[in-house]
Amino acid sequence: MIKIEDIYKTYKMGLTEVHALNGVSIEVEEKEFVAIAGPSGSGKSTLMNIIGCLDTPTSGKYFLDGKDVSRLKEDELSEIRNKKIGFIFQGFNLLPKLTALENVELPLIYLGIRGKERHRLAMEALEGVGLGDRIRHKPSELSGGQQQRVAIARALSTKPAIILADEPTGSLDSKTGAEIMKMLKDLNQSGKTIILITHDTGIASQAARMINIYDGKVLKESGVA
Amino acid sequence: MQWLQALRMAIKSISGNKMRSSLTMLGIIIGVSAVIIMASLVQGTTRQITERLQSMGTNMINVNIIGRGSTRTVTDADLFQFQQNNSAIIEAVAPVLNGNVTIKFGNRNISTNIEGTNEAYETVRNTKVQEGRFINALDVERRQKVVLIGSYIANELFGGLSPIGQEIKLNGDLFTVAGVLEVKSNSSAQSTDDKVIIPYTTAKRLLRNAAIRNFYIQAKTPDKVDDAMTVLQEFLYRIFNSNDAYRVFNQADMLDSINETTRTMTMMLGGIAGISLLVGGIGIMNIMLVSVTERTREIGIRKAIGAKRKSILGQFLIEAIVVSCMGGILGIIAGIAASSLIGKAMQIQAETSALIITISFGFSVLVGVFFGWYPANKASKLNAIEALRVE
Ligand SMILES: Nc1ncnc2c1ncn2[C@@H]1O[C@H](COP(=O)(O)OP(=O)(O)O)[C@@H](O)[C@H]1O
Ligand SMILES: [Mg+2]
Repeated sequence: MIKIEDIYKTYKMGLTEVHALNGVSIEVEEKEFVAIAGPSGSGKSTLMNIIGCLDTPTSGKYFLDGKDVSRLKEDELSEIRNKKIGFIFQGFNLLPKLTALENVELPLIYLGIRGKERHRLAMEALEGVGLGDRIRHKPSELSGGQQQRVAIARALSTKPAIILADEPTGSLDSKTGAEIMKMLKDLNQSGKTIILITHDTGIASQAARMINIYDGKVLKESGVA
Repeated sequence: MQWLQALRMAIKSISGNKMRSSLTMLGIIIGVSAVIIMASLVQGTTRQITERLQSMGTNMINVNIIGRGSTRTVTDADLFQFQQNNSAIIEAVAPVLNGNVTIKFGNRNISTNIEGTNEAYETVRNTKVQEGRFINALDVERRQKVVLIGSYIANELFGGLSPIGQEIKLNGDLFTVAGVLEVKSNSSAQSTDDKVIIPYTTAKRLLRNAAIRNFYIQAKTPDKVDDAMTVLQEFLYRIFNSNDAYRVFNQADMLDSINETTRTMTMMLGGIAGISLLVGGIGIMNIMLVSVTERTREIGIRKAIGAKRKSILGQFLIEAIVVSCMGGILGIIAGIAASSLIGKAMQIQAETSALIITISFGFSVLVGVFFGWYPANKASKLNAIEALRVE
């Protein structure tokens, strides 16, 4: 489903060049649960941005569902993100002025789904994360764990095949973090492909497979593919 | 993305920041109401003047003796002779001697305008009496101390009673009221109803002024106005040997020059109003730019979950247009209210046409599009990853 071939990403900072990714090749099958682990600055977020179609590599190829997406234009990438990928961020990234329901509806709006159907899909996603009774709450009126569950509902609302989670437990205490991890595992059980990014090997080891990154290179892979 | 959805988002974000939105709107409100006020008052004034001119009849010619550049002059007798000689095209001549007098009746004093004229004035200026009689040739010949009073004067001095036959003092001289003039405007002070008329022969003595400089001349028919103008001008040129010593103009000329004046006025005022709209637009742009910077992270999030450029562009553009449209609507309401208030104070019947409302509303929409475009475009081009990194 995801096939990355020899990807490089170079940032130019004035005269110096930062090589965030140095020839990374990864494959992720459908319905896998993969963790990408590595210390801070190793290039995890850069890799996730490319996998999530938020960014394009400097060189190398990226096949998503068999289609090369490494050279697509901004709006084409937006469409792919909207339909195929759900993001879960460390800082939740909810819109503070919108209610839980409105936040979850947002990706559906951009997908062009209207009125009743949109409401139904958003409600379904919120009920799926156990927040059916909190739909009128603003993010500031919810706990961290609840906010992250709203973010998960938002990621799920358009029913994407892939969920990308960048340090999803980073801002949470260990108990709530464990709840979120449980939720991700359940999602994987129900058939979603999950890619988890973390610096915490304890968390990463809960995934079926772990890819270690260091200095923009894949160091080693462990687990069953 | 659907427009309705974008509109809802825009209204949400505008109402989420009421103070800022209303301050931004204020620029547009002031601009639009300025347009409405100016246009309504100019239109109202034009209409009033035009109606007044038309009520005087279309075959009237006005002669003004300025006397500049010449030692010679023209008397009323000269013009009566001229009328006799050209009676085929000229119906009548009404000399008018203007001045101010103080009227005294009982213990009341009023200052007003006085016109000394003859019996021809009644038809030439289309001025009738509602009560009593107009001055006649005999009054003029014998320098009778008879007076016609405007409706304002009649109300002020006599209230509901009939003034006919009453004696009033003009600058101390005793005059008999012969008639009350018909209402020409609204019977108020400073209007055309605030005046008195006496025979011009009497007026020469009362005002101690023998030189009449103002004549109203009636052509036989409206289509003889041009011929009458020509012979008049020839006649006057022969006397003065100069074009600067007199002015001759007719109703059509006056209407033309009034239209010309109001056109320039409209353009000038329109320009000023346009500038204030422009300033309002710059205000919108300024606030939108601040808003885009403040909402960088929001834009990043929206893009990450699938918003395309045109969705972001549409969102911010519609926000700008909604602000300017609301400003436009409020400005129209404020403008209509203010112009009728100002109109009342200035005794002008303000006229707000549908055209002006449409134009000024259209302008406020345009201002929104024009000044909202740049910030909205800037928002749509933000890089999602960088935007997400902003705190
Ligand atoms: N926009 C950028 N401009 C310049 N350098 C960047 C940028 N983004 C990331 N980097 C650099 O690339 C490297 C990898 O960063 P990142 O992918 O964020 O690592 P991680 O997420 O593993 O902490 C770091 O050295 C970082 O400084
Ligand atoms: Mg990172």
